[in-house]
Amino acid sequence: MMVEHRPVLTFVTHATLILGALVLAFPIYVTFVASTHTLEVVSKSFPLLPGSHLVENYLRALTVGPRDVGATVGTMMLNSLIMALGITFGKISISLLAAFAIVYFRFRLRIIFFWMIFITLMLPVEVRILPTYKVAADLKLLDSYPGLIFPLIASATATFLFRQFFMTVPDELCEAHRIDGGGPMRFFFDILLPMSRTSIAALFVILFIYGWNQYLWPLLITSDQQYYTLLIGIKRMLDVGEGQAEWQIIMASTILAMLPPVLVVIFMQKQFVRGMTETEK
Amino acid sequence: MEKRVVFRNRVLPYILVAPQIVITLVFFIWPASQALVQSFLQEDAFGTASAFVWFDNFAELFASTEYLDSFRVTLTFSAAVAGAALSVALLLAVMADRALRSATVYKTLIIWPYAVAPVVAGVLWFFLFNPTVGMVAFFMKKAGVDWNHTLNGTQAMSLVIIAAAWREISYNFLFFLAGLQAIPHSFIEAAAIDGAGPWRRFWTIVFPLLSPTMFFLIVVNIVYAFFDTFGVIHAITRGGPNYATNILVYKVFNDGFINLDLGGSAAQSVILMIVVITLTVVQFRFIERKVHY
Repeated sequence: MMVEHRPVLTFVTHATLILGALVLAFPIYVTFVASTHTLEVVSKSFPLLPGSHLVENYLRALTVGPRDVGATVGTMMLNSLIMALGITFGKISISLLAAFAIVYFRFRLRIIFFWMIFITLMLPVEVRILPTYKVAADLKLLDSYPGLIFPLIASATATFLFRQFFMTVPDELCEAHRIDGGGPMRFFFDILLPMSRTSIAALFVILFIYGWNQYLWPLLITSDQQYYTLLIGIKRMLDVGEGQAEWQIIMASTILAMLPPVLVVIFMQKQFVRGMTETEK
Repeated sequence: MEKRVVFRNRVLPYILVAPQIVITLVFFIWPASQALVQSFLQEDAFGTASAFVWFDNFAELFASTEYLDSFRVTLTFSAAVAGAALSVALLLAVMADRALRSATVYKTLIIWPYAVAPVVAGVLWFFLFNPTVGMVAFFMKKAGVDWNHTLNGTQAMSLVIIAAAWREISYNFLFFLAGLQAIPHSFIEAAAIDGAGPWRRFWTIVFPLLSPTMFFLIVVNIVYAFFDTFGVIHAITRGGPNYATNILVYKVFNDGFINLDLGGSAAQSVILMIVVITLTVVQFRFIERKVHY
C-alpha cells in the first residue's frame, strides 16, 4: 500500500519488480531460445534470439525422440499426464470419501483412522524409499501405471481440507435430507459434492502440479522406457555424456515438460492461489 | 469440533475410509515400520542372514565423517536456500504491495516458476552454467572467473542453492504478499502522519506484523530444502564434486540404491523421519498459537 506520493520511490518499485520478473524468467527464456536452434549454434555461439528450427526440433522430440532414451517425448508426456491425472483424481476421491466418513459418522475406529491419516503427513517418499520400493516390487507394481500412481495418492492434506469444509456445512441441510428419507450416499452426491466444487477445483490445480512434477518415485520404479515420465526422460538425455548431449532436443523437451503445469498456474491462477493458501494452513 | 447430526450405519463408514486406510497401511505405515526394523539389523555380506545389532547402525553413522559432512552440507544448503528465497521474495512482495493496481500483473509474472519441477529447475540452471555450452559460464570466463562446478565444490554448492531457491521465491512471494495485504491501512497511515518514512514504517510496523508469516515460511522452506530438492541435486551435481553437495536425501538414495547398504540406509531414513516429525510439530504448534491470537 502507498500512503504518500514519492515519484522516486515509485520508480524504484517498478524497476525492482520488472528486474525481478526478468531475472526469474531468464533461465526459461534461454532454454526456449536454445530449443529453436541447431546443435551447432547452441553449443558454439550462445544465441540470445530465437532461431528458425523451432518446428523441426519440437517435431523431432515429439515423434522420433532423443537419441539413447528409447521413447519419444510424446509417449513420455502421455505417461506424465496419466500419472498426474491419476494422482489428482485418486487423491481427491479417496480423501472426499474418508473425510465424509470421519465427519458424518460415529464409528469405533474413527479416532485411530484419523491419526493414521495424519501420520502420512510426516512420511514423504524421500524418507522411506527403500522399503516402499520393496512393497511395490512385491506387489508387482514396478513398470506399471498403478505403480506410478497408488503409492502417491494417500494424502492427509486433502482429507483435512475436506474435513474442515464439511464441518462448515450447516447441520440443517443434513437434517432436512434425513427427514425427507434420504440416505447418506444420496446426501454425499447430491448435496456435499456440489457444495465442495470450489475446494475441489483449488485442490485439482495444486495436485496436478504435484503429480506432474514427481521425480524420485518414477525414477525408482521405472526401468522400461515405455513407462518413463517426461522428467525421467530429460534426465536420461543429459546422462549421455558432455559434448554428446543433444542440447536443442533436451531444451525442447524441457519446455514441453514445463508447459502443462505453468499453463495451469497462469490460467487457473485464482484456484492456484486458493489451493496454496488453503492446503498449507 | 463434532457434528450434531450424523448418519447411523455400522458398515458404510468403514467402506468409505477403506481406500485411504489401505493405501496408508500398505505404502506408508508398513514401509516406515520396515525402515525402523531394518535400522536395527545388520545383513551379512551375501544378504542371506541378518542379526539384531541394537543401535550399531546409528553409532556407525554418527562415527562416519562422510555422514557428518552430509549433515553439515545439508544445513548449509537449507540455510542458504531459505535465506535467499525469503529475502528476495520479501523484497519483491513489499514492492508489489506498493505497486497498487499493477500488483496483480506482477503477481502473475512472479508466481509461475513455482510450477516448474525441482529437477527441471536443475536442468535449466545446469544448462546456463554448463562449462562448455553455458552462456553464463562463458561470460563469467570472459570476466575472469573460472567457472566449473563439476570440479569446484563451492561453485557447485552455489549453483544448487540458486536453482533450488529460484522456484521457492515464487512460493514465498505469494504468502508475503497475502500477509502484507492483510495489514490494516490505518496502521501505516497513522505512522505516516506521525512522520515515519517508508523505511522506518517497514521495520517498526510491517515487519513485526509479518513475523507469523515469516516463521511459517522459514519452516516450510527448510522442509523444502531438506526433502524436495533431490531432483535439483540429481540433475546438477549428483552429490559431487567430492561430496560437496551430498545432501542427506541424496545420500539415502545413493547408499540404498547404488551402494545397497540396507541397514545404513534404513538408519538414515529413521533419522530423516525424526527431522520431519520435529519440523511438522513445530509448524503445528505455531499454527495453534496463531489461532489463539
